[in-house]
Amino acid sequence: MTKKPFTKENVVKWVLTAFALSSLLFLFLIFAFILVEGLPLFLKIGLKKIIFGFKWAPTKGYFGIFPMIVSSFLVTFGALIIGAPLGLSCAIYLSEYSGKKLKMFLKPALELLAGIPSVVYGFLGVIYIVPLVREYLGGSGFSLLATSIILGVMILPTVISISFDALVSVPRTYREGSFAMGATKWQTIYRVVIPSAKSGILASFILGMGRAIGETMAVIMIAGNALKIPVSILDPLRTLTGNIALELAYATGDHRQGLFSTGVVLLVIIMILNYIANFGIKRKVLK
Amino acid sequence: MRINPRVIDTAVKIGLNGQAFFTVAILVVIVAVIFVKGCPYVNLGFLFSSPEDMGRHGGIFSAIIGTAFLCFLSIVFATPLGVGTAIFLTEYTKESIFTKMIRFGVESLAGIPSILYGLFGFIFFVIKLKMGWSVLAGVLTMTIMILPTIIRTSEEAIKAVPRNLRIVSYSLSATRWETVTKVVIPSAAPGILTGIMLSVGRAVGETAAVIFTMGSSLRVPTSLMDSGRTMAVHFYILAREGISMENAYATALVLVLSILFINVIAYYIMNRVISRYS
Repeated sequence: MTKKPFTKENVVKWVLTAFALSSLLFLFLIFAFILVEGLPLFLKIGLKKIIFGFKWAPTKGYFGIFPMIVSSFLVTFGALIIGAPLGLSCAIYLSEYSGKKLKMFLKPALELLAGIPSVVYGFLGVIYIVPLVREYLGGSGFSLLATSIILGVMILPTVISISFDALVSVPRTYREGSFAMGATKWQTIYRVVIPSAKSGILASFILGMGRAIGETMAVIMIAGNALKIPVSILDPLRTLTGNIALELAYATGDHRQGLFSTGVVLLVIIMILNYIANFGIKRKVLK
Repeated sequence: MRINPRVIDTAVKIGLNGQAFFTVAILVVIVAVIFVKGCPYVNLGFLFSSPEDMGRHGGIFSAIIGTAFLCFLSIVFATPLGVGTAIFLTEYTKESIFTKMIRFGVESLAGIPSILYGLFGFIFFVIKLKMGWSVLAGVLTMTIMILPTIIRTSEEAIKAVPRNLRIVSYSLSATRWETVTKVVIPSAAPGILTGIMLSVGRAVGETAAVIFTMGSSLRVPTSLMDSGRTMAVHFYILAREGISMENAYATALVLVLSILFINVIAYYIMNRVISRYS
């Protein structure tokens, strides 16, 4: 080694800079390739006919994905209706009520469950939730309701862990001030703790939405994948993610480009949600 | 009529207890069902024999090899990239527009759903780079997917290393790189390892991104250009096409147990680190 230390330092710095840039490069590549494949069809068929088109028959030249956009949002809100109250209550319980030992056990246990793969949730949905819906409520069981239930459970770890962090970071003095005024525990939580943690809690809901709208394998197993806008919670539906996963393996030509157009729409929705979630978290830090 | 706040307080407490219990119960039931239904079919023969007749009979040996192949190589690629990025962000620069851009990139990568990784890997690695459905295409896609996790956890771990250690190292006239390799990384190693284990867990459970890049061949992959099948993909195909419920449950059990095992190790390492520094 005849090189002087400062040149070695420089080499290291350049290599590390290149490594750090790789994340940006990958993000760029992902955007570029999905856009390059997906955009031509928007130009050829027209933005309106794709986004607001009702008919998806890619081999016949129809690329309407409006029902799938609506379905994606429906299952996401369904998941939120089920997952958000449960998750928030769980987070409040963990941060305000549970003892230290229970907390030390429950929090990691709940986070471990975030690791259960989505195919397993989907499978259990098919075996247990779908027949329940079919038997007691009618329809085929492959439905908006069943999908929402499974997605609601799937977003629980996200909602719990992020709103828990927000609740815990509310300063103790806020609570003590409230208790000193003679407020009960619930009054303190409801009027002081939750409002202070509001932006973090909202961020947890939005990140949960991001997870639900991007979920694929569980959804195609339970949703029934029908190509129309569901009119009742017992109707089957097909989401944007499901559309891609169901047809990508055999699609060619314009059909494949149609799937990338679906991907473009999904990518835009996800980026907006992530931006909102990060913006919400930033506001909390600023305060 | 005004209800006494203390009554509400008690009611809420009971309600929250119930909801928390319910949530935990759901998750316990999920694991329990997989365990009870899968247990009778998992034995050494199942683990060490290859699938026959599309997975209707036989075991999951080729899927285990496929999973191990995918995880190991993705970690080999993603660890230097991720840890290098984390070192760059914490030790080699000050906060600037440049670091903000990199952080934005990492956050965005973390938020992209796996099906879009699948879509990208399919068009870029499988088609444009002509890799076909192969272990290599799967590994490269997975590398990008787990990169954000490794960067974030490594960054946290490196930030938690006390400043004094660095100051002492510099005062002994160590260069920056010497300080990083001999002081910072050894102290941050458990935290970095946590990130790696969490990433392995993610790679084991991933389906959407893998099925469109690595394919779903049932043979044991012997080269990087072979297609292969991971346990998650195998389970998905068994369950979705109704090939065999017994084998589906058994595969699910092996899958869930390996992920829980990996994640438990990850959290165990993390907790030891937390107790060391606090």
